[in-house]
Amino acid sequence: MKYLTEFRDPGLARTLLDEIARTVMRPWTIMEICGGQTHAIIRHGLNQLLPPEITLVHGPGCPVCVTPLETIDRALDIAARPGVIFTSFGDMLRVPGSRDDLFRIKSRGGDVRMVYSPLEAVKLARENPDREVVFLAVGFETTAPGNAMALKQAAAENLANFSEISSHVLVPPAMAAILSAPDNRVQGFLAAGHVCAVMGTAEYEPLAAEYLVPIVPTGFEPVDILRGILQTVRMLERGETGVVNAYGRVVRDRGNPAARAVMDETYEVCDRKWRGIGMIPGSGLRIRDELAAYDAEKKFAVEGITTAEPEVCIAGEILRGMKKPPECPAFGTECTPLHPLGATMVSSEGACAAYHKYARKGLL
Amino acid sequence: MNERPDFTQMSCPLPIMDHDTVQLAHGAGGRLSAELIGKLILPRFACAELNKLEDQAVLNLPPGRVAFSTDTFVVDPIFFPGGDIGDLAVNGTVNDVAMSGARPLALSVGFVLEEGLPLADLHRILCSMELAARTAGVRMVTGDTKVVGRGSCDKIFINTSGLGVIPEGVSLSAASLQPGDAVIISGTLADHGMAIMSRREGLSFAADIRSDTAALNDLVRALLDSGAAVRALRDPTRGGLATTLNEFATAGKVGIVLDEEEIPVRDDVRGACEILGIDPLYVANEGKLAAVVRSEDAEKALTALRAHRLGGQARIIGRVRAEHPGLVAMLTALGAERIVDMPVGEQLPRIC
Repeated sequence: MKYLTEFRDPGLARTLLDEIARTVMRPWTIMEICGGQTHAIIRHGLNQLLPPEITLVHGPGCPVCVTPLETIDRALDIAARPGVIFTSFGDMLRVPGSRDDLFRIKSRGGDVRMVYSPLEAVKLARENPDREVVFLAVGFETTAPGNAMALKQAAAENLANFSEISSHVLVPPAMAAILSAPDNRVQGFLAAGHVCAVMGTAEYEPLAAEYLVPIVPTGFEPVDILRGILQTVRMLERGETGVVNAYGRVVRDRGNPAARAVMDETYEVCDRKWRGIGMIPGSGLRIRDELAAYDAEKKFAVEGITTAEPEVCIAGEILRGMKKPPECPAFGTECTPLHPLGATMVSSEGACAAYHKYARKGLL
Repeated sequence: MNERPDFTQMSCPLPIMDHDTVQLAHGAGGRLSAELIGKLILPRFACAELNKLEDQAVLNLPPGRVAFSTDTFVVDPIFFPGGDIGDLAVNGTVNDVAMSGARPLALSVGFVLEEGLPLADLHRILCSMELAARTAGVRMVTGDTKVVGRGSCDKIFINTSGLGVIPEGVSLSAASLQPGDAVIISGTLADHGMAIMSRREGLSFAADIRSDTAALNDLVRALLDSGAAVRALRDPTRGGLATTLNEFATAGKVGIVLDEEEIPVRDDVRGACEILGIDPLYVANEGKLAAVVRSEDAEKALTALRAHRLGGQARIIGRVRAEHPGLVAMLTALGAERIVDMPVGEQLPRIC
């Protein structure tokens, strides 16, 4: 359990904060991609401790937040059907669709179950041959290998009653979309450590070269994050670009080849719509045609889905780093974790939820 | 009663019954009902009031204000590391009564049994209720048993109500919190909730985590007897310490600031919480109390708690302040300050 003490060591953190303050000369805007990092930054109050020259903006790396409303509505439609056991990770259960969420479907009699691993859903399919077991496979490159493994396992066992709704997303195309936007303000990135643990760092090199930015993969503990920020600031001050790994204890340059192989066998790259951001070419993973029998969206015809996003919600601008949650007129008033208007308020990794939970303006 | 009573000599063999499992007829008031009550339940809780088998218990209470509380227990699984639904049902209500400063005296119990529940399981639960009641020094004075058809409840639900008498001069209320007061917790957080969750989810790495279920009335008595000026007590069960302290801050119209480095959490509990993405501040405890004590008396209170077998790890974890009334904040280990909010619904494990 050492990582809980060493990588949260206040003395080490203060040394890094001092070093960051000595290094920074000019104002810089840095984006942390991953919602897990956003959450850690706000929870530990790192944003309060950094020098004023550094602005951290929060990226789109929250799988729950960027899952399109249509996908959620389709999932809810399937979950409500008799004969279906609908499985999902915990933090998807409360995400509001246009009219409903999975908890409400459960309360009306839908068989909705929370799982910790997609393999648990495969087990349910094995144990309930007369029921259709559907797994909502949402996530970035971090989660995709496990979801792919579940599908591969089901196929190997010929479990015809198992299927996935695949709504995976990929980080590098989203970074390209942010950097190529005309109003982009991001000058450097903290890349998501656990995504890089799977994918490696090579795919970030072309991005750094094309957009002339530093990209620094780092972890999720305060010391990891501060190390990543220090590295990014050093590069920015020196005018350097490129990829420098600040999470060496987890991330290898080649990533995890076994995990990537399972992903490649099961999924293929596709264009994907991101909630609040829009279509990003080549930014998603879909189930390969050979495995179409395990694709829930093909298995269950879902029609007549019309979605409605609340007009006031600025989740899109927040996910692209244009605005911070307290700048939203609905933040903490119309939009709260009890009555979320957008997914950034409901997911535990959403930037709005992190600000609301730990740092509501005017309260502290 | 500071030493743990020795009940190791107590034997609890399952009486010979006509059936192995609970039948609908066990709740129908006839011969099977009489057998269930006479052979299984009464021997566990025998006392003068209960043995009369009247429709009510008639109690002679010592003088003073009476504290009265009720709680219903539906935990799943019914057996978990460190306890079961039986001792939880006794300790939970004893603690709710004790947090007023009262000496808990008597409990009632209502069972809702699902048809098909193994009588051996029921017997095991009754035995642990007997042990818990004896340990807490309370009598089970009246009760009721119902049986419902298979599927109408989940194995067994237990309601307990309890009453106790508040000694002369004791008056606890969150409304009396004053800036400067010390916030004390009697031991490690989140043990019960994580024991349940690890059993429910089959987390093998968390196999050693045990529920902390315990009756706190004797610990409360030790604290009050120390002479420390105690403002308010509460046992942080559902919703965890964060919920309890938010209730204190709201009722007292004061702010509370915690020191992250002082919050006691076992290493394996913290590890399980980290992996599931759950904050130990929001996880249930069943054998801990949070106390707010006048600043000058904090050390006296700590000494009294630590001398008791249930308070060995008691710590001062924060202070009451005038600023930010109604708000609980936490000084992080790095020196920043953040909000500790009321939880929104159940904590849900995250995707990644």
